[in-house]
Amino acid sequence: MTTLDTRSATLASTRGRHRGIPLSRITTTELRKMFDTRSGFWLMASIGILALLATTAVILFASSHQMTYKTFTSAINIPMTVVLPVIAILSVTGEWSQRSGLSTFTLVPHRGRVIAAKAVACVSVAIVTIPLAFAIGALGNLVGTAIARVDPVWDLTVVNLLANVLANVLSLLFGFMLGVLIRNSVGALVAYFVYQFLLPTLSLILAASQDWFRELQPWIDFDYAQSALFDGALNTQQWTQLAITGTVWLIIPMIIGLRLVTRAEVK
Amino acid sequence: MITIESVTRTFAGFTAVDDVSFTAQPGRVTGFLGPNGAGKSTTMRILVGLTRATSGTASISGRRYVDLPNPGLEVGVLLDASAQHAGRTGREILSIAQRFMGLPRGRVEEMLDLVSLTAEEASRRVRDYSLGMRQRLGIATALLGEPEVLILDEPANGLDPAGIRWMRGLLLDYADRGGTVLLSSHLLHEIEVIADDLVVIGNGRIVAQGAKSQLLRSAGSLLRTTQREVLARALIDAGVSSSPVGEDGLLAQADTAEVGNIAFTTGVPVIELRPADGAGLEDMFLQLTAESRRDTIRDNQREGAVA
Repeated sequence: MTTLDTRSATLASTRGRHRGIPLSRITTTELRKMFDTRSGFWLMASIGILALLATTAVILFASSHQMTYKTFTSAINIPMTVVLPVIAILSVTGEWSQRSGLSTFTLVPHRGRVIAAKAVACVSVAIVTIPLAFAIGALGNLVGTAIARVDPVWDLTVVNLLANVLANVLSLLFGFMLGVLIRNSVGALVAYFVYQFLLPTLSLILAASQDWFRELQPWIDFDYAQSALFDGALNTQQWTQLAITGTVWLIIPMIIGLRLVTRAEVK
Repeated sequence: MITIESVTRTFAGFTAVDDVSFTAQPGRVTGFLGPNGAGKSTTMRILVGLTRATSGTASISGRRYVDLPNPGLEVGVLLDASAQHAGRTGREILSIAQRFMGLPRGRVEEMLDLVSLTAEEASRRVRDYSLGMRQRLGIATALLGEPEVLILDEPANGLDPAGIRWMRGLLLDYADRGGTVLLSSHLLHEIEVIADDLVVIGNGRIVAQGAKSQLLRSAGSLLRTTQREVLARALIDAGVSSSPVGEDGLLAQADTAEVGNIAFTTGVPVIELRPADGAGLEDMFLQLTAESRRDTIRDNQREGAVA
């Protein structure tokens, strides 16, 4: 056993001399926590891996006239809308499901700051990785068209690409909101998959069969309003639809979730 | 210094902590005793701001925990050694705490060394740790910021006897250097050997508190002597009441040091002298918590136990 004879000095009173923990330090620490487990690491790595797989699939299976940059980014967007929200969900729910919140919220007793730091960390991950994924797509476009012996088609503007990034960040924030609201990994993941894969289908069926809903859909379906971002520049009406559905589906539940987070027991 | 004033916490009609007040002084180890479910953990959680008190206040060095700018540097907390992400390594868990506190990286290795976790063990994931290793890691995290106050909930759980002795030495040394230690346990023997002050809780209510020596004295001493009548009279002369137990025994309402002194000055041979019932505090503790549970004092049970 280690003896303590080297530490016999009296504990210095450091009371009142400490500075608060800056948000930047909480954020970089939270960022580290997203990578420092095997599952976290592979989840991050999967962004690159899946972008590569999607790009390869387009090169292998798309016909030469389909092979445009937009085909590549669309293919890459599919795994992104799954992986990014999952990363955001787990970064929040881990504190409860893995019980690490007990030490996190003791070291930083202001939960709002921890959650804000997590949000910044998640959005930073998205902002760094999405351009990277699109760069892989661009490389795929060059390679694919070279193999097919056609000229590469760059059918996306910078504005289009930014809209794509925004759409992905919104997906991620939606996952983040579910994490904050539900605070349980399994529950939040199931809720996300229901939202992402079941609700759009139901909405689609309803819109196809009911005229009244077809008119209404862009005003109440967040996923529908959001998907416009993948297709091109939004007009004023579409921005309004995005703002309205975003408020109902994202901002209001987020506010409720944040209120709950500050009270929820960490067992 | 830890101050808890009239803290009450109710959960959906159930009162987990009921008007609890006590202080833990610097330079002393305060033992927080109680059976499982008595409200120890809830009180400690309220103290560090994880649970809100329904009423009352808890403060550390005069401030609420949430008002401490960087709590890890002032208060070392270990509430549940198993509450860690199972996929992180021990070293990584310490590194995260070190980053939150803004400490130099070298502190992590120092702490691993202090709690005797080898480099190989520190690189293992916490899911593969024994409870004893988790406790060591938790103690390392609590001590990382060189705090003046330590709050440890059942830290001896899962430690082997050598580990318990090591922790006892560590905490005593810490208190000797002026630190405040609040330590909970339902295992009384550990606390009996380490605590200076005791707070005993049962059913959410404090049933006894004070200096350990004071509380032990009230539990009395048991002695055997060849001249019981003479000694009993000497005890009464010294203001200590006693009652006969068995063939040659006496139960005296004073601690062993005082009883031993009286016997010595009286010149009476003593065959045996020990805290009442051997278990000492445990007897008192069981009795006190039983009282709080039934709200009745069973006098017979006590004398029967002594005999």
